[in-house]
Amino acid sequence: MLGYTIRRILQAIPVFFGTTLLIYFMVFAMPGDPIVALFGDHGVNEAVAEQLRVRYHLDQPFIVQYLIYIGGVFQGDFGTSFSGQPVSEILATTFPVTIRLALLSLLIEMVFGISIGLISGLRKGKLFDASALVVSLILLSLPIFVIAFVAQFVIALKLGWARATVSGGAPWEELILPAFVLATVSVAYIIRLTRASVIETGQQDFVRTAYSKGLSRRRVIGVHILRNSLIPVVTFLAVDFGVLLVGATVTEGIFNVPGVGRTLYQAIIRGEGPTVVSFVTVMVLIYLVVNLVVDLLYAALDPRIRYGK
Amino acid sequence: MANNKKSPDHYVAPFDETPVDVIDAVRVDDKVSNLWLDAWRDMRKRPMFYISGVLILLVIVVALFPTLFTQVAPDMDCQLSNSNGAPEPGHILGYTKQGCDIFSRIVHGTSTSLSVGVIVVVLTTVLGIIFGAIAGFYGKWIDAALSRVGDIFFAIPYILAAVVVMSVFSAYRNVWIISLAIGIFAWPSTARVLRAEILRVKNSDFVMAATAIGVSRFRILIRHVMPNSLAPVIVVTTISLAAAIVAEATLSFLGVGLPTTFMSWGNDISQAQSDLRTAPQALIYPSIALSITVLAFIMMGEVIRDALDPRERATR
Repeated sequence: MLGYTIRRILQAIPVFFGTTLLIYFMVFAMPGDPIVALFGDHGVNEAVAEQLRVRYHLDQPFIVQYLIYIGGVFQGDFGTSFSGQPVSEILATTFPVTIRLALLSLLIEMVFGISIGLISGLRKGKLFDASALVVSLILLSLPIFVIAFVAQFVIALKLGWARATVSGGAPWEELILPAFVLATVSVAYIIRLTRASVIETGQQDFVRTAYSKGLSRRRVIGVHILRNSLIPVVTFLAVDFGVLLVGATVTEGIFNVPGVGRTLYQAIIRGEGPTVVSFVTVMVLIYLVVNLVVDLLYAALDPRIRYGK
Repeated sequence: MANNKKSPDHYVAPFDETPVDVIDAVRVDDKVSNLWLDAWRDMRKRPMFYISGVLILLVIVVALFPTLFTQVAPDMDCQLSNSNGAPEPGHILGYTKQGCDIFSRIVHGTSTSLSVGVIVVVLTTVLGIIFGAIAGFYGKWIDAALSRVGDIFFAIPYILAAVVVMSVFSAYRNVWIISLAIGIFAWPSTARVLRAEILRVKNSDFVMAATAIGVSRFRILIRHVMPNSLAPVIVVTTISLAAAIVAEATLSFLGVGLPTTFMSWGNDISQAQSDLRTAPQALIYPSIALSITVLAFIMMGEVIRDALDPRERATR
């Protein structure tokens, strides 16, 4: 396990530097002079501009700028937003909301995905199964903003069951609707994953043995089939948590959830290039770390990963 | 001779009478068959194949010949007096906020979605095949190096990456740039699938046989390994076409996609969102068009995957 952990972390290092270098390079290539932009409509004072360039290391070559930036990242300095607020400060207030939203989505995915997938798998070929497959296929092909608007229009505006947008403190109950929207695609995926896995497990010898031992159907399904079918589902959920943390931009934007995604969404809408980039960088880093942790957890749970190549 | 005929449908000739080139031909009276023919037969049995096939054909025809379906221009015929207007004869879906015919805008937006999808898929498939094939086949440090490069692009969720690229190229937004922004970060999934398949195939007996009779490494890769590894790539390709269409719409929706002068479903949906309460039709209909197009390609990918993977067939 230790060998695997070290190997996996060593593999993550070039990816970390590669991704940050790639993003940083794209920003470097961004047209326009950020210092000139700072002056806005006022005339540019060349002396001040020159001092600002030195202060923000813009007079240094690309690779030096990158190294200074990476050094800052290691000290928790992710840059500043357009309004001058440090990105790390914004993260501290917005990230908890995003984490709550992600946890809620994950819960919805587990409850609906696994139960529907299980019933589908047990009733393979029946009406329930066929309709679950069709519905999941449709959910898979709906772009997230379409789902979000339909939910907002039907559930919030027409039926009045929820608020169309989330208020400042983002209380749990107002997060339910966005969480459902965020969960839909993954629910569809988990239904299919669970279903396939349940069918495969159901054909195993140990299930037949369990039945012939005279165990009740409930016990065979609960203990023998479900538990053994959940390994791929748990893996998917863990990876999906990383995706939920960074991928809620559209949903948070539409429902006005005060999380990381909305901050990014607003920065995009306002065309604040540098803010967009520093947020994307942070999100990519979060995503990398979550994936690394998932891989390590997975290896700890499943010895085949550790020793297999 | 008689003891060689254990089962009636298998013909096993005595070894010393067998010419080398027919050693593999065991079923003499079987229909000519291979993976592709089997898959094709299997696909034609499924209703989903026909539904998605017809939808995809329709999308292609609409994209190529939009004027067959509507005589109304999507931009020049807009009348502000029709703003958010209800449907009427000749304008069956009603009007957008700017008084443009919604049906016409949907019809003319089809080619944008489809061309972004196709360009992205060509890009990801070419890059994916080059990287995946070389990494999987040549192995060792080449594999390690190429796989790490793939990891870097794979590690960035590609909508986020495309947002950055589009912000960088904000001055030159067009179909090519947006396809590039999506494709450059989407190819590693194709490469990974192909690499895994090549790792499986390259240890097959026929590869060893080809090596034994002195076929060059490159020729083995092109003539023997590649044709046997392409099945999963085709599945990924179909599904990534759907994903690319969604990505374009999402980026345009976010406002970093195509400029609003382009006919794009994502742009139309984005512009209609502020009037969701009063004029939902301007948002709903392009969304339906987008979803059906995506559904058609996902369904097709599903059918192809089921047909190509016998294991999937078992769980159906």
